[in-house]
Amino acid sequence: MKENPLSFQLKLKPEDFAPASDSEKESLTVMRESVGFWKDGLRRLKKNKIAMVSLVVIVLVMIFSFIVPSFYPYSYETQIQGANNLSPMTYSSNEQQAIDAGEKVFPHVLGTDKLGRDYAIRVMMGSRISLIVGLVATAIILLIGSIYGSVAAFFGGWTDMIMMRIVDIIYTIPDILLIVLLSFALKAPLESLSQVPGFTWIQIVGKNLISIFIVFALLYWVGMARMVRSQVLMLKESEYVTAARALGASNARIIKKHLLTNCIGTLIVTTTLQIPSSIFTESFLSFLGLGVAVPLPSLGSLASDAINGLNTYPYLLFAPALLISLIILSFNLLGDGLRDAFDPKMKN
Amino acid sequence: MSEYLVNIENERLSFFTPAGEVKALNDVSLRLKEGEVLGIVGESGSGKSVTAYSLMGLTAHPGRLIGGTLEFNGHKINDMTEKDMCTIRGKEVAIIFQDPMTSLNPVFTIGNQIREVIKLHTDKSKEEVQARAVELLTLVGINEPEKRLKQYPHELSGGMRQRVMIAIALACEPKLLIADEPTTALDVTIQAQILELMVELKNKLGMAIIMITHDLGIVANMCEKIAVMYAGKIIEYGLTDEIFYEPGHEYTKGLLKSIPRLDAKEHEKLVPIEGTPIDMLNPPKGCPFAPRCDSCMKICLREMPPVTEFSDTHYTSCWMHQKKEFEGGNVQ
Amino acid sequence: MKKYVIKRVLMAIVTVFIVATLTFFLMNLVPGGPFMSEKAISPQAQAALEAKYGLDKPLGQQYITYMTDALHGDFGDSLKQRGRTVTQIILSKFPVSAKVGGLAILVAVCLGIPLGCIAALNRGKFLDNLISVISTCGIAVPSFVICTLLMYFLGVHLKLLPTFGLASWKNYIMPVASLAFYPTAYIMRLMRSSMLDVLGQDYMRTARAKGLTQFISLFKHALRNAVLPVVTYLGPMMAYTLTGSFVVEKIFTIPGLGSQFIGSINNRDYPIIMGTTIFLATLMIVMNVLVDIVYKLVDPRIKLK
Repeated sequence: MKENPLSFQLKLKPEDFAPASDSEKESLTVMRESVGFWKDGLRRLKKNKIAMVSLVVIVLVMIFSFIVPSFYPYSYETQIQGANNLSPMTYSSNEQQAIDAGEKVFPHVLGTDKLGRDYAIRVMMGSRISLIVGLVATAIILLIGSIYGSVAAFFGGWTDMIMMRIVDIIYTIPDILLIVLLSFALKAPLESLSQVPGFTWIQIVGKNLISIFIVFALLYWVGMARMVRSQVLMLKESEYVTAARALGASNARIIKKHLLTNCIGTLIVTTTLQIPSSIFTESFLSFLGLGVAVPLPSLGSLASDAINGLNTYPYLLFAPALLISLIILSFNLLGDGLRDAFDPKMKN
Repeated sequence: MSEYLVNIENERLSFFTPAGEVKALNDVSLRLKEGEVLGIVGESGSGKSVTAYSLMGLTAHPGRLIGGTLEFNGHKINDMTEKDMCTIRGKEVAIIFQDPMTSLNPVFTIGNQIREVIKLHTDKSKEEVQARAVELLTLVGINEPEKRLKQYPHELSGGMRQRVMIAIALACEPKLLIADEPTTALDVTIQAQILELMVELKNKLGMAIIMITHDLGIVANMCEKIAVMYAGKIIEYGLTDEIFYEPGHEYTKGLLKSIPRLDAKEHEKLVPIEGTPIDMLNPPKGCPFAPRCDSCMKICLREMPPVTEFSDTHYTSCWMHQKKEFEGGNVQ
Repeated sequence: MKKYVIKRVLMAIVTVFIVATLTFFLMNLVPGGPFMSEKAISPQAQAALEAKYGLDKPLGQQYITYMTDALHGDFGDSLKQRGRTVTQIILSKFPVSAKVGGLAILVAVCLGIPLGCIAALNRGKFLDNLISVISTCGIAVPSFVICTLLMYFLGVHLKLLPTFGLASWKNYIMPVASLAFYPTAYIMRLMRSSMLDVLGQDYMRTARAKGLTQFISLFKHALRNAVLPVVTYLGPMMAYTLTGSFVVEKIFTIPGLGSQFIGSINNRDYPIIMGTTIFLATLMIVMNVLVDIVYKLVDPRIKLK
């Protein structure tokens, strides 16, 4: 404190004490580059190894379930004569003869089930169904939930009160009871509806699948609606929206510029995390025998079928069980990554 | 036992963040005698709070002391274990935080939180502890203390809560009270009340105070000495009068110009300090204030300014004063 | 408080009413009737049975009759298990489900909270990563997968534990474990993040500045604040254990309310379907109110509205 050590070491020259120019001063203040919302988020997402691995897994599963079946030599509903309950990579006696005769027979990678259907293709189709349910149901939930939530938040007052009470009631209903009932109850009306011209597509999609979608549409949007409502309310009250309004911005502009851009992060994250939970619910329903109809497989119904033969054919359980866990895990991890990247406020 | 209550020498402290090392404190030295009031003034991020917290061993993760010595009341803080620190925290040195809204635990009553610290550091009986708690609330000017003790923090106003924080801090009559911007989060009228209370308590109890603030008005009223901090360094230190009437550093001058004065001439404008504080991740080689300094010279950008002493109590680090000495041919 | 009670009771009545109505009409949408599957029955006998239980009347009238009776506490007799009232059946089945579910909740809370805390306190270290991996996997594996895998390895393969029924304490291990798996993982995650949040709060700094040791400041000041999100989760968790119990009861053939419900839908045993739905809805509402009250006890800032 007492010494002045620097002056000993430094040889000072008069010109050192000349005023510095502005440019010299500015050269010292390094401004960090400012990056936009999307760019910044994507950069953070790309850095997140776990999320990227999950994304790759999801893409692989999608290829596996949507593209591979078209090239696969077996079909999920064809029952191969004499090929019941084959272990993985084994052949039926007919097929063995064919191989001996020099023909090429595609191996049953995962064996066959008790009706002699190739199990690998059934697992692929099963994950296709699970993914479709997950994505479509989430889309339905997103649509209904965000419209409902933003309408409630935007109008406020009595509208909001009544709308939110309805949400509260649906929230307290033990959903599983209604799901089970609904899935049972919807079978017959959908059956008759599918006979009506113009609605025959129901038969193609499968009436159980439709009833699952209806169940989701009726019950599962409440969480999303609450989330969207609270987001919109928060933004509505926020000062920059007030500021924008004071500056004369139109409602459309406020919605587009402020509400959407601020909501979108949370919305993406919630949606991504909704997908695994939809898949979860579908597999649960299928497991109880309320999901897709035979012969269409889903991962849940495959696991359910496998239980009966658990003693003798345990491998029939492992493939769907593993796959469903893998799908849900990857979507969860991707959702976590997205949240960290796009919605740091929500990070926990 | 040194003559000083607080003796910090060349303290260096860094935060090791994922983005790199942030040198929060560079060679900070401070001394404080018993009963003295020191003000530490500076912008956000200048290292005021970090200095105070490190004295209590409360440096937040990922911060680490990397050099210098800290002494308090005969304790060598550097060498003390966490367990030893617990025996002096709240007893010999206490702290009041900036935001009374969040500094009290929401799920416990005021009484619970005051009694806790008394029970911890004394062996008073249950009744004595209760009596002391009532006495403390009365001391900090809270009416109906018995009733308040049963209330929860959210039932009190901000000013009240800060009074409770002060009561907690004073519970064991500490030798040093650190006040970390105690009024920043309060309404202006409440600010004045709290400051008045602090002056009153200081006169009554005679403890030393380190007052951390960015408000020069507060230090002018309360403090005997002032340290001005910028970018983790003390750039000027002196008695209150010296700082206010003969500021040596361009930054101090800037600070003084930026506060409104009652005796200002008509149409005299307030002069803000332009620019923003430096990026602490990549501090410049020279004087940290150089980029914002109106009188910046070439040397300022290249080299750290040496210390210039004006008196036993007043020193600053600024090349401007070296220039005077250089031109006067006095360079050693 | 008074206002809260009135509001909750009103809400509960409305909810139960809606649930009952929905169930009533949905259930009657399910094709087939209660006496269809019994082959030995003549059309006359079927008509007689239907008349006896009032099933020949128009749906609207059936609905009104049922609701009036239900208001008087009479939920009817089972159509399939002759001579037993719905109340009897539910009261005999519910304790079975409640025991398994209650144990699962206990396990989830007792494991989830401490493990979450440990993870938060060891943030970024090995223990934290390990616990995080376990909990992330835990919430990704559906209960039926856990059930079947446990059953295969512990029950069928190693023959360590019995695979069905609830005869001894050993029977409880697998059902409780599979039911507790998801909530444990979820509570661990919840607890970890809320603990990290609380540890960064100003009042934790105050606690340390008072001279409290880390241990005490953790147990006294942090835990009570950090546990709040877990309390909030208790409501949905009850719903989950209910949901999960459907699968668990099916796989481990436990004679509980869940398997009873599925069975009664398959049998079109209308009064049981109605009774179970109303019972579970009421139970859920009561549980949610309890959770609200616990929350209020833990956090004095909460006003029951």
